[in-house]
Amino acid sequence: MGERLLMKGNEAIGEAAILAGCRAYFCYPITPQTEVAEYLARRMPEVGGVFLQGESEVAVGYMLFGAAAGGSKVFTTSSSPGVSLLAEAMSYLAAAELPVVIGNVMRNGPGLGGILPAQADYFQATKGGGHGDYRCLVLAPASVQEAVDMMLLAFAKAEEYRVPVLLLADGMIGQMMEPVEFPVFAEPPSRYTSGHEEWATTGARGRGQHLVKTLFLNPDAAWAHNLKLKAKYDRIEANEVRYEAVDTQGEMDVLIVSFGTMARVCRTAMETLQDKGLKVGMIRPISLYPFPAQAIREAASRSRLVVSVELSMGQMVEDVDRAVQGKAPVRWYGKAGGLVPVPDDVSAAILGMVEG
Amino acid sequence: MQHEVVFAGFGGQGIMLAGQILAYSAMEEGFNVVWLPSYGPEMRGGTANCSVVISDRPVASPIVPRPGTAVVMNNPSMERFGPAVKPGGCLLVNSSLVNLKCDRSDVKTILIPANQMAIDLGSGKAANMIVLGAYVGATGAVSFDVLTSFVRKKFASKPQFVELNVKALTAGRDLAAAAVRGGN
Repeated sequence: MGERLLMKGNEAIGEAAILAGCRAYFCYPITPQTEVAEYLARRMPEVGGVFLQGESEVAVGYMLFGAAAGGSKVFTTSSSPGVSLLAEAMSYLAAAELPVVIGNVMRNGPGLGGILPAQADYFQATKGGGHGDYRCLVLAPASVQEAVDMMLLAFAKAEEYRVPVLLLADGMIGQMMEPVEFPVFAEPPSRYTSGHEEWATTGARGRGQHLVKTLFLNPDAAWAHNLKLKAKYDRIEANEVRYEAVDTQGEMDVLIVSFGTMARVCRTAMETLQDKGLKVGMIRPISLYPFPAQAIREAASRSRLVVSVELSMGQMVEDVDRAVQGKAPVRWYGKAGGLVPVPDDVSAAILGMVEG
Repeated sequence: MQHEVVFAGFGGQGIMLAGQILAYSAMEEGFNVVWLPSYGPEMRGGTANCSVVISDRPVASPIVPRPGTAVVMNNPSMERFGPAVKPGGCLLVNSSLVNLKCDRSDVKTILIPANQMAIDLGSGKAANMIVLGAYVGATGAVSFDVLTSFVRKKFASKPQFVELNVKALTAGRDLAAAAVRGGN
């Protein structure tokens, strides 16, 4: 690892993209992720890369499409309303099997909402956003270091499966500064997607035509394409589940499920509840799609209560409920509108549920 | 060991920088640290604040609702963060600009005429370094030597500011350390 630096989450995410080999970043500014764009506007020219601001996120989506279809590693970041504008292109990117990495530093919604932290794009990230049967691998960091590590993973997995990968961070992760170390590679990663020679539109001289497309008017061909994508998502569900389990051994009074910054607040709330004699464990989903359903179900079977704690009005709780399959009662606690519960809010709410 | 502090004042008073310098120093000393800014729709002259958590364990919640110490640089910050300080904690008040009183007997209040002290040293802009020095003097959250050597490194390209900043840190540290010793 390199030296320990103190960096803002947004800037560290930008540097991690460069470290992963990405030399093509397209964006449209929006708080609270604009520091990624600001950072890469300076850094990309330094490393011989492209920084280009689109006229809107809609345009950015197809800049990603074009550059990825040409075999480049590509990246954009935005925040919630901007990601809604990217959603159309995400469906096309998924359909065309293009490897891209998209960062969403979430702010509160719906609509323009506000600029403060939220996790209310959970449905959009994990259930679609764009149209049609497609999935994105969704990774949710809980610290600046984890955001950096996840960026490297995101580029690797986008390339491995040829899917869009979403880094789903809340505004807090983008804005906070924490110590971070970047791995040092003996061999700098390529700016091109490995294996792109097999499918990318790099010029057909001396070889057969490569076609990157999303239109399948023949239903048999469309069905075959759906099956191909489904097989890929099945492999992702089998191989890419990631989570952190904290104090989940043995019988529990409460199992918390929480991700991102909210999970860190829960970590402090857990200590308060444990001091009161409660047995409290937590599962922190690191991949939101695929969701760690099996781990949650297994832990829930040993707990009297399961609580999904989120910066939303109750979105992940639906996946938690589906995972638990009635093995324990499932409740939701959270805040939205940009408000972030403090540890005492969480411990008081959970205590109320336990005693109620 | 965990120290939690909020720096609060007007935009332009160097609040964010003071918190960052503290965070860098804590990192240099080997601690875990989180610096978190308020990032509402801020503007120059509006209120701004940042919190810093320094810990010898991984930092769990980065949000500090009841800081051990609040450094308040103007009246609105006094109103907001004076009542928030943890009982037994410490309230560092820029008495050059804050005329509101905090009537809490369960926190130690230290008055620091930061703007005046900075002007006396040569530049009113160093008021943030006065209160940063005072914070370190009052709490010992990081080593003063690590703090000053970080500032020397950080401002190495602007040598004209190094001595002023180190003098400001030292003046703040001495005032707060005397206040803590004197028990006033």
